[in-house]
Amino acid sequence: MRISILTTIAAAVSATALGAAEIAPTAVSFEDGAVSQSLTGVAGDPANGSEIVGDKKQGNCVACHQVSDLADVPFQGEIGPALDGAGDRWSEAELRGIVANAKIMFEDSMMPSFYKTEGFIRPGNAYTGKAADDTFGPLLSAQQIEDVVAYLSTLKE
Amino acid sequence: MTNLRGALSALIIAGTMASVAVADPVDDSLIINGETTLVTRTKAPAHVSDALDEVMSGWLFRGTETRAMQADDFDNPGMIFVEQAEDVWNTADGSEGKSCADCHGASSDMSEVRPTFPKWNDAAEEVFTLEMQVNDCRENRMGAEKWKYNGGEMVNMTALLASVSRGNTVNVAIDGPAQATWEQGKELYYTRTGQLELSCANCHEDSYGLMIRADHLSQGQINGFPTYRLKNTKLNSIHDRFKGCIRDTRAETYSPGSPEFVALELYVASRGNGLSVEGPSVRN
Repeated sequence: MRISILTTIAAAVSATALGAAEIAPTAVSFEDGAVSQSLTGVAGDPANGSEIVGDKKQGNCVACHQVSDLADVPFQGEIGPALDGAGDRWSEAELRGIVANAKIMFEDSMMPSFYKTEGFIRPGNAYTGKAADDTFGPLLSAQQIEDVVAYLSTLKE
Repeated sequence: MTNLRGALSALIIAGTMASVAVADPVDDSLIINGETTLVTRTKAPAHVSDALDEVMSGWLFRGTETRAMQADDFDNPGMIFVEQAEDVWNTADGSEGKSCADCHGASSDMSEVRPTFPKWNDAAEEVFTLEMQVNDCRENRMGAEKWKYNGGEMVNMTALLASVSRGNTVNVAIDGPAQATWEQGKELYYTRTGQLELSCANCHEDSYGLMIRADHLSQGQINGFPTYRLKNTKLNSIHDRFKGCIRDTRAETYSPGSPEFVALELYVASRGNGLSVEGPSVRN
């Protein structure tokens, strides 16, 4: 008993030391669509978050959402609500839940789930049209989610 | 759809959006060569009236120059491929030494064909797309090699058969023996595929008229196929377009000519019953 507890503690400590203590996509705990616990334990970087929101190769959030703060990013879409004031309308936990998997809070949302790895129909290998292989991962990493949430929290009216 | 669009309108009125893109379908008439007026907007057929009031050609969602290119055969790059297919139409091929024209007469006599495809084929006991019908003719009547489903010869021939039908009304049958295939196609239309979990309906039923990044979403009608796309400067078949869309949901696609795409084509074609055949259209 004593040995197993010590082993568990040792494993937990070493996992933290390796920076691997992040919450896996399959282990995220939602409460009314919100996620209160940081996915990484590392504070999000809003500057990097703003890059992810505007970058076609990362979050590409502007494909569907307008963001006045990113006025230099061209061709902002209009499918979803504008993100201006998102930091006023939503708490950090709500923003984390929406970015990770908006369909928990809004059942029929068109918004892709950015931190999810299971339950897809014919998942593909990125934009190749081919089947997913063992490199399949969430659309954004845990830290990228935290960075986006940190950025969205700065968007105040 | 109404809720989303209504909500967006409210936001626009409230002035809370960063900028407002001009994105509604245009108010314009498509008149080919100054003589043939095409129906680009009409009342939705009964089987989609729960989802749409009107059905609209993708032509209404494109820019002024692109629309003008399609209105004049000398400006429409797709017509080059129609001319190539016209030569093929009149050239014998295969062990029977027959051309298409030997059985069917002039290509211009085929104007009733494109509007009703895909359609049930009694002998084969399945729904045939126009491509399947062409290959059936080649194999069983001409003794010729089948063409690749989405290859150049095939897409050119479908462009010829569409071009002679321009102005005729899309009218595919969805009942009788075709009904099961149509139901399968409808199921696929509303299935959210891939890692992005997007269905055809998410973009083309719920969000048409809106911008998704730089793209102006249309209703995804296929009455204009094959379509000459400015982005890849060639004719694009219906199934190639389906494949591209599904790929863009980060999904494993279906293959051109697959039973799934045949079913989806029948369903999507039926959503355009009442529009004019427009192929070869010009799109971006």
